[in-house]
Amino acid sequence: MLEADIQLRLSRLNLDAAFTVAPGEVLALLGPNGSGKSTTLRALVGLLPLTGGRVVLDGRVLEDPARRVRVAPEKRPIALMFQDYLLFPHMSAVENVAFGLRCRGTDKRTAREKAASSLARLGLDAVAEARPGSMSGGQQQRVAMARALVTDPKLLLLDEPLAALDVSIKTSVRRLLREVLNNSNVANVLVTHDLLDAVALGDRMIVIEDGAIVQSGTPAEVTARPRSPYVADLTGVNLLRGTARGTTLELDGGGRLSCASATAGPVFAVIAPERVSIARHRPERQEEEQNNWPGQVSAVDLMGDRVRVHVDGTPAITAEVRPAVVDELKLDDGGEVWASVSPSDISVYPV
Amino acid sequence: MPKVKLPFNPLLALMAGLAALFFIFPLIGLIAGAPWGHIGTVITSQTAVQALELSIVASLASTAIALAFGFPLAWVLARKKFHGKGVLRGLTTLPMVLPPVVGGIALLLAYGRRGFIGRPLESATGITLPFTLAGVVVAESFVAMPFFVITVESGLRSMNRRLEDAARSLGAPRRTVFLRVTLPLIWPSLAAGTVLTWARALGEFGATITFAGNLPGVTQTMPLAIYISQSSNMTDEAIALSLILVVVSLVVMVFRRDRPGEG
Repeated sequence: MLEADIQLRLSRLNLDAAFTVAPGEVLALLGPNGSGKSTTLRALVGLLPLTGGRVVLDGRVLEDPARRVRVAPEKRPIALMFQDYLLFPHMSAVENVAFGLRCRGTDKRTAREKAASSLARLGLDAVAEARPGSMSGGQQQRVAMARALVTDPKLLLLDEPLAALDVSIKTSVRRLLREVLNNSNVANVLVTHDLLDAVALGDRMIVIEDGAIVQSGTPAEVTARPRSPYVADLTGVNLLRGTARGTTLELDGGGRLSCASATAGPVFAVIAPERVSIARHRPERQEEEQNNWPGQVSAVDLMGDRVRVHVDGTPAITAEVRPAVVDELKLDDGGEVWASVSPSDISVYPV
Repeated sequence: MPKVKLPFNPLLALMAGLAALFFIFPLIGLIAGAPWGHIGTVITSQTAVQALELSIVASLASTAIALAFGFPLAWVLARKKFHGKGVLRGLTTLPMVLPPVVGGIALLLAYGRRGFIGRPLESATGITLPFTLAGVVVAESFVAMPFFVITVESGLRSMNRRLEDAARSLGAPRRTVFLRVTLPLIWPSLAAGTVLTWARALGEFGATITFAGNLPGVTQTMPLAIYISQSSNMTDEAIALSLILVVVSLVVMVFRRDRPGEG
């Protein structure tokens, strides 16, 4: 069980994040570049000294600046898998994997044997004697995985484990990684900026922005109820903020929407873009509660077989329509359109 | 992939060819002018053997000094942050561009018998440096060590320091990180720096003759012996001794050559 309260004051970032991870659990740390995700991992492994807070692993205090406790990185039962793997270029795959075992007191022969068998488990027998420079990205990634896992850490930290891989092999490596993570009794912290990785690999996730946790929960909870534009962007939904009075929603940026359920006070409202309709003219047959408002087409993007239309109105909104609609309404030309959303398609929850 | 054939540029070929010949002709001159008839007696003469011995001992000693002291200096310059680092680097690498004879005079003023370090050193320990073998080593170190410092510093700078982080996160104490990761990774620049330093020390002339003098059997190294032979009209001896240094230097150059694809 990891209990972490990471407080770090750096020149560019004030990091303040508290979380726990149970054995066997995978905590996904999601956030934009420079938000403090990788810094959190460096602090956990002991490469960056904390300015406050503490790190406790399985009841053992690894770091507590207030009590002047600080266990050196090499003495922590923690493995860190780096984004760019950082395999030692002057050692073969076996030597890379055996390195951690040798440092932790295993004799040379046993270390080599253990290293070789852990490489074999990941299907790397063929490159065991090769140097990292002559391996493919996927092979390097698996060697890095073996190197991190072979010392039986109590906490495994993974920094963007899939980011450096080709799209073509990402899926298979992600599946392999999920197997490895699920079959271990290690607490895992996975840093990623890819929502798919967080959802596929994480049991729970934390969203971190500018050094602070802005949202946490299971991947389903977080994606269903985004609490920041960053998460909304990742899931591709419209996130609006406003004040509810019954079923009327006064939006912070101006504009008013009717929604189906009554609430009160500051709220977030989420609208899936495929539930937003676009028309060239104000709908004539005005349904009582239907939300309609005009705006200018600001951008049209093709996403697979759907087209995302950004409408600059009050509020600004993104609609997802079929390509035929773009053709029919000549949305490519820009100009004024009307967006409409049914009240029952607006999901409202308190801030 | 088919090789793209570049158009022949006669001017480029001419200039490059002249440059190459410029270096090759003097070597031919040395080989052609060597006293092949009695070269054996010349290079086994007492002067030659003594000078060669002194040269090898002194150059190896100053290379060892460069390793022992130059490595920490390179480490500090590459890794530590402090005010005046640029100035420190400039001062310690100045001998690379300073005329060696100027270095010799500066050494006399500091470490000579009347120098501000040399005088207290003599009264405290009785040790004097000028006109001794130790003086030769000091002069050679002064001129050659900067080559080691600058080469190793650039090696330390260009290595990926995060590999050291990776090693620590795998449980390696600092000593192991240094021996098993840092040292192997900077090995090429360490080797290049050592060879360059040794070669520079072997050829040192100006600072040595100024600071340590020219005492046969005590401070007369090969370059000094060659110069003396040449200026006292013993050209045969000068050429034969020069050939020995040419052979040694060629061997060094072959070792120094960067071998891409390794490491």
